[in-house]
Amino acid sequence: MAQNNKLLRIEDLVLHFNTSQGPVQAVDGVNFELDSNRAVVILGESGCGKSSLAKAILRLLPRNAGTYSGHIYLQGQDIMSFAEEEFRQNVRWGSISLVPQAAMNALNPVIRVGEQVAEPAIVHLGVDKTGAISMVKKMFQHVGVPEDFISRYPFELSGGMRQRVVIAMALVTSPVLIILDEPTSALDVLTQANIFNVLKRLKHELGISFILITHDIATSSELADDVAVMYAGQIVEVSDAYRFFDKPLHPYSQKLLASVPRLHSDKEPEFITGRPPSLINLPKGCRFADRCPARFEKCVEDPPVIEKEGRNVKCWLYS
Amino acid sequence: MTVLKNSIRDLLRYPSAILGSVIILFLLGVTVYALVTIPYSEAIRLWRGGEDVWYQNPKYAAPAWFNLFSTTKKPVSFAVNTSDGSMLKTITPSSDPNISTVDITYTFDYAYDSVPQELIIYFTSQYKEKLSFVSVSWITPDGRTIRIADLAANSKLTLRFSQDQKLQKRLKTEDVMEAIFADPNSVTQAPLKGRYQLVIAGTTFEKDATIDAEFVLHGELFGTAGTDKYRRDLLLPLLYGTPIALAFGLLAALGTSLLTMVIAAAGTWYGGWLDELIQRITEVNLVLPFLAILIMVGTFYSRSIWLMLGVTILLSIFSGSIKTYRSIFMQSKESSYIEAARAYGASNSRIIFSYLIPRMIPLLIPALVSSVPGFVFLEASLAVLGLGDPVLPTWGKVINDAFADGALYQGRYYWVLEPAILLMITGFGFAMLGFALDRVFNPRLRDI
Repeated sequence: MAQNNKLLRIEDLVLHFNTSQGPVQAVDGVNFELDSNRAVVILGESGCGKSSLAKAILRLLPRNAGTYSGHIYLQGQDIMSFAEEEFRQNVRWGSISLVPQAAMNALNPVIRVGEQVAEPAIVHLGVDKTGAISMVKKMFQHVGVPEDFISRYPFELSGGMRQRVVIAMALVTSPVLIILDEPTSALDVLTQANIFNVLKRLKHELGISFILITHDIATSSELADDVAVMYAGQIVEVSDAYRFFDKPLHPYSQKLLASVPRLHSDKEPEFITGRPPSLINLPKGCRFADRCPARFEKCVEDPPVIEKEGRNVKCWLYS
Repeated sequence: MTVLKNSIRDLLRYPSAILGSVIILFLLGVTVYALVTIPYSEAIRLWRGGEDVWYQNPKYAAPAWFNLFSTTKKPVSFAVNTSDGSMLKTITPSSDPNISTVDITYTFDYAYDSVPQELIIYFTSQYKEKLSFVSVSWITPDGRTIRIADLAANSKLTLRFSQDQKLQKRLKTEDVMEAIFADPNSVTQAPLKGRYQLVIAGTTFEKDATIDAEFVLHGELFGTAGTDKYRRDLLLPLLYGTPIALAFGLLAALGTSLLTMVIAAAGTWYGGWLDELIQRITEVNLVLPFLAILIMVGTFYSRSIWLMLGVTILLSIFSGSIKTYRSIFMQSKESSYIEAARAYGASNSRIIFSYLIPRMIPLLIPALVSSVPGFVFLEASLAVLGLGDPVLPTWGKVINDAFADGALYQGRYYWVLEPAILLMITGFGFAMLGFALDRVFNPRLRDI
């Protein structure tokens, strides 16, 4: 039962979408674990299934969702076995919050931001309106939004402020885990840094865990305790951040890091030849094999997850 | 509050909005006036009442203001009586304490170019055994006195001048009206203009006996709205038709729009079989003949206006606008703020009512206001087709009565035009406000 101490443990999570061309294997057998008060960054190219993973965890399935299976243990409980209403009340109402992609548009344009942030508290926690507003003020303090913004409408706020409001909204139900789906992708660098400072402080002050989904490797390294690299619907490498950024194991991770431009080096940023495989017709064996510089004959078989010095990597190179 | 104020300010930039609002406010004023002055039950009693209620009014009288636009002045009806003091009554006791004389006189100016339809005196008297006696005479402007009748007054006695056979004999003519209004020095049939006097000399033979009289002149014109075949004052249905028309129109518009929106939102949000079901019902309903179903219900079941309202709403819910709303909900359903709401655990009903539907309000308000006249006309159409509520005084019912009586063939245009004009200005008012609201609220039409 030792593994049940983990805050979140995902086993063989599968989420496929049905399309006219066939099932899209957006999330295909994902395993990973997360401790309390840790931040894991999920890195990957566009279209590798990062956002689908977030949706799969919160069971926010689109209408064309196909296969949806696996186990998600939240504080030892398998939340996949919950019925829809039970899931809504136990998971979405308090345990896990989502800061959705394009969070800038995640606010209802016809409700004042204060009321919007207070709404989950009023509805789920049974707080009265004045109590909820004072909670909102506290949350606004946490994320650095001036208190008098409470009575403004979303369109009266700048992008950075809106982003903070959305984070405040995710915080108000005091969740144990917040999933941030590309929280800073539409913001300028200064605001990005600012938001990351807010997140860092929240982690430190409130002891919340984060799943940060991003393709912004440089900024995410600020917050990350662990890094999971996703490729074609699967997690190919999980590592602690320190060692990952120093020396990634998986060839894909190596290529990914090499693509980040460096200030004090004349090295040209690299790119990966070829395109990521279509999630509808996935190649047999290692999914990265076609683009991998270190490909060898074993790669036609599906690589196992190999543990190397406490890091997991899904590559034949380390067997 | 500031949002509301701004919207109103934006709205008032459009002249059509101002005109529309003025018309609607006027109609609301009429509604309030009608409901305050005439209680519902009283309105129905009057509208359903026959001769006993409307005896004072002439039949088929045009409105009194017709004289303003005509060179030949037609007589305007009036009614006076002693009990409210509009007719003078003096009681003179005599030496015998049981006998007293009651003199009732009424003097009036008659300056019209034709004779009235009828003069009637209604006597009411109280006595124990001995009947009172009345003698009626008529003094013309040139000083002639015409004896009309000498009668023993029962407790209720009606004297109709033109139908009194003794009077016809005495005047040697069947047309009493011509005779008593005639100018003896003139060859034309025009009545003598000037001050006429009705003198009723009564004698009571008991101590507590009384005589009261009501004098009614049935002219050719009456009141502000005229009368119909049954002597009913058309002002009643015109006034009282306003609240009924507005209630029908507004309730139908409100019920239809709100229900349509909620159903469209629920269908779009839940999707699956519910959405399918709603769409298929809509498609079937779209090809069903709306008016024919209403006529069927009215013919075979009930013509109550509230039942008709219910059926109208029911048939209008699954209309084309469900498709329009659905297309817009489909868009906003995918917005990220709705995903955010789902992520924090908002329930389905919460998402439908506080996230999907508020986005629709800018489209809903103008559509709602613009759809009111359609329902007002529908109610009138049903009444014209003879399926109006048989109890209520409505505009459509007036048109129906006029139509049934061939009012237009007989040249009684006022009877049809009055309710028709009211229907028209109601339609105009709501349509004009609706257009302006659409310009203010609909972002696609808003000018930059």
